Amino acid sequence: MRSRIIKLKLKQIFAIAKKNMKIYYFEPPVLIFGLLFPAFLFLAFYQGRQMPIDDLFPGLLGIIFFFGGSSVGPFIVPWETRTKTLERVLCAPISVSVLILGDIVGGFIFGVIFSSLILIIGMLFFEITIKSMVLLLLAIFISAFCFASLGTIFSALPTDKPSNVMMLSNLIRLPIIFISGVFVPINQLSSMAKLVAPLSPVTYVTDLMRYLLMQESYFSVTLNFTILSIFSIILFSLSVYFHRKTLLKRI
Amino acid sequence: MQNIIRVENLTKKYEELIAVNDISFSVEKGDIFGFLGPNGAGKTTTVRMLTGVFPSDNGEIYLAGYNLKDNPFQAKQKIGVVPELANAYLDLTALENILFMANLYGLLGSKVEKKAEELLNTFNLEDRMNDKVKKFSKGMQQRVIICMALINDPEIIFLDEPTSGLDVESRRLIKNIILELNDKGKTIFLTTHNINEANSLCNKIAIINKGKIAAINTPENLKRTIKSSQSIRVSFDKDIAFKFKDWDVVNKVKKEGDKYRIYTDTPDELIFKLTNLARNHKTKIRSINTLDPSLEDVFIKLTGGDKT
Repeated sequence: MRSRIIKLKLKQIFAIAKKNMKIYYFEPPVLIFGLLFPAFLFLAFYQGRQMPIDDLFPGLLGIIFFFGGSSVGPFIVPWETRTKTLERVLCAPISVSVLILGDIVGGFIFGVIFSSLILIIGMLFFEITIKSMVLLLLAIFISAFCFASLGTIFSALPTDKPSNVMMLSNLIRLPIIFISGVFVPINQLSSMAKLVAPLSPVTYVTDLMRYLLMQESYFSVTLNFTILSIFSIILFSLSVYFHRKTLLKRI
Repeated sequence: MQNIIRVENLTKKYEELIAVNDISFSVEKGDIFGFLGPNGAGKTTTVRMLTGVFPSDNGEIYLAGYNLKDNPFQAKQKIGVVPELANAYLDLTALENILFMANLYGLLGSKVEKKAEELLNTFNLEDRMNDKVKKFSKGMQQRVIICMALINDPEIIFLDEPTSGLDVESRRLIKNIILELNDKGKTIFLTTHNINEANSLCNKIAIINKGKIAAINTPENLKRTIKSSQSIRVSFDKDIAFKFKDWDVVNKVKKEGDKYRIYTDTPDELIFKLTNLARNHKTKIRSINTLDPSLEDVFIKLTGGDKT
């Protein structure tokens, strides 16, 4: 019976993720805040700093991973509240954690696809070399899950207006970019910024990218992966916790 | 007969408001069970608890023998639900919507796809199965939602206002489907505002008011509980100014156009008196009908208000 329930839960997670991919990947807010916004943010900074693009590429990947992974999640639950599809799903034999994990997997796949696409473009046009493909894939997977979990936390705000959630998510995501050593390597940050940087998961992704692309990093690779994994677990747990608190208020 | 739904002392509170107050009832396998009540009576809250969307504050729910609290996965596998305000995914096709729901019940593969297509065929949607639901009329969308509720072949089907706001054709189709499903042995739990619909479809009805079950019985037995609502509708060839209320056999009189509706406990005696009255006033009775109390009369009497 236990294995039957686990199998059922896995099927449910992938059914929800598949549905999210079909419905939400091409929604304008997801494309704007997941793809265009980080690209323009990066270009603006690149123009302003006049640095070689190779030096900025790890930061670009950090932003892409972060925005790509966390852009689908904020949109789903508020939109489904508005379109009144949520109650239909809750009538099925499904738990809140499975529902949220399905949403996270939807964001995760979006993050992985988009990050990989940017990496491929980088490898083709900017002659970047990767120190270890295995570590790179691991970094993409962990960071996509971590940021997809963060994105889903935003959607726990009990509203049926996706724009409210997108606004909140950007209010939180933008400052995170500026404390994460994305544009300036951590060792060049001010002492105050160095104290704050470790609080952001983006710091560890960017540091890993610096290691993989430029063979230099502030933290050790093991520490980066360990802390990213811890962030992933915490953000996923918080996401489920907040949705358990607010999900029924939406119906 | 086996009780396929058993509800014991079910209670739900929203802060100070008791939406559902210690209700108990059971539904026999194969019944079409009507759940009637005015707005805010606790109907939808009850259905949401029965379908496992909301947890109850107190009480037990058994669905097809499974306690919903202890075995939610098993209990929910036995039910199909058409919630009152739920929609299908507008950006998915009709077929994708049904298959998505099938996946949530762990059903995959070509067999399920075939079943989904059969369902769409039953609901006259076979030509539109690959169209996005956003292109559908409200009636067609409702049919897709019902298909979604049937894909797991449930033993119990909860229908919360399934015909509300639909055109005549869709309403008739859905009513026929309900009867067909019932013929196949499915138990139907039907929440409706439409008293005529409940009267024509249900073999047992519960009336809920202010969170409590006010009555539960077959439609005919419910009507018998209010004998005083037996009435005679009569019209005369010429208007006669007569105070029917003065007769001791009359409970109440209502003027309905050029007719009188006279409520009585003894219809035979009243007909005799009306015949004499017509003769004395040198006129003829144009029409006369005896009317049993309607389910609407029962509803109004038990809920103390308008039918809603």
